[in-house]
Amino acid sequence: MTEAQHPLDHLLRADRLPHIWCPGCGIGIAMRCLVLALEELGRPLDRVVVVSGIGCSARVAGYVRLDGFHTTHGRAIPFATGLKLAKPDLTVIVFSGDGDLAAIGGNHLIHAARRNLDLTVICVNNFIYGMTGGQFGPTTPLSARSTTTPYGNFEPPFNLPALVAASGAVYVARWTVFHVRRLITAFQEAIAKRGFSFVEVLSPCPTGYLRRNKLGEALEMMRYFKARSEIRHGADPAEAGIEMGGKLLLGKFVDIQRPTYHERMREQLARSFIEPYAEKVSEEIKAEEVES
Amino acid sequence: MFEESKRMESTDMKTEPAVQTQSRAARRSHGRVFLLAERCKGCRFCVEFCPRQVLAMSDRFNSKGYHIPMVIAEEQCTDCKMCELLCPEFAIYVVRIAGEEL
Repeated sequence: MTEAQHPLDHLLRADRLPHIWCPGCGIGIAMRCLVLALEELGRPLDRVVVVSGIGCSARVAGYVRLDGFHTTHGRAIPFATGLKLAKPDLTVIVFSGDGDLAAIGGNHLIHAARRNLDLTVICVNNFIYGMTGGQFGPTTPLSARSTTTPYGNFEPPFNLPALVAASGAVYVARWTVFHVRRLITAFQEAIAKRGFSFVEVLSPCPTGYLRRNKLGEALEMMRYFKARSEIRHGADPAEAGIEMGGKLLLGKFVDIQRPTYHERMREQLARSFIEPYAEKVSEEIKAEEVES
Repeated sequence: MFEESKRMESTDMKTEPAVQTQSRAARRSHGRVFLLAERCKGCRFCVEFCPRQVLAMSDRFNSKGYHIPMVIAEEQCTDCKMCELLCPEFAIYVVRIAGEEL
């Protein structure tokens, strides 16, 4: 099955397909939305880099036909930070899971948002650590069962949009893998946005989460996404908490503008080094003019 | 093997209204659904969320043992690409067939 047939095969490493994700896993849909968004944006694809950490979602960096960086666990954002600082003209996209970005790399997430570094962070949230065997994580809803919470989870989960918005991100949106067209638009806006943009993508994990909670197949979760989603643009992200079986608040929560890390850095460099030097030079020129 | 599975059989379901709606509908521009059966994992997203019920699960399997879908009403397809967008496996796609001038 290596014949390039699918219309998106030129953007994928088609020889690696079918991919490793379970039947019904939403990561494939999120990956399609990403490549479609990039194609429609018309950016030169050799200037786009996908950086990912460890986990199911992090396999995306190996399946897209773009420069990719599959980094250590939780450290996708630090690697992306280094890349962006060394080559500011690259479009750097961090594509990883909730466990990688919010748990192991939680500190990096909030600090990249605080610095407002020009990154696009896509977080596929499947409510669980999928690849390691279904342990509960920082996004597992209360009372959800996992291999490490067999009687139900009693730790309150993170509300990722609120966390990232409070840390200073300029673009925060949340969609599910059912809302494909809106997801493509959100990816385009997030990539085009200057500054730290964050898109949370809710996705079914049929093996780690749904099966253990007796929630049926991935299709059941997609029906749930369709039935219980409430789209409210500009809503307060603090209201976007997720409960088992509750409604899901979706939309574009934050879309603001504030100076990015690079803008502040250039401003500071100019103030510290270029402006005093320029003044000195202009004084010397004046002195020479007076002498002559 | 590939050629055989590429085009899903609309011939399987001769009893469906495929033949009756031939006249006008077939001449409008519409979509034609292609399946890369060996990539399919049988999640049924395409069957469930097709707004025009173009697809159904077949009783066939691919070489990995996954149930694959089939086209039952191609003339209903409007090229909305919902199945293509929702397929996590990059296994299904729609090609627009230009219609005749009416």
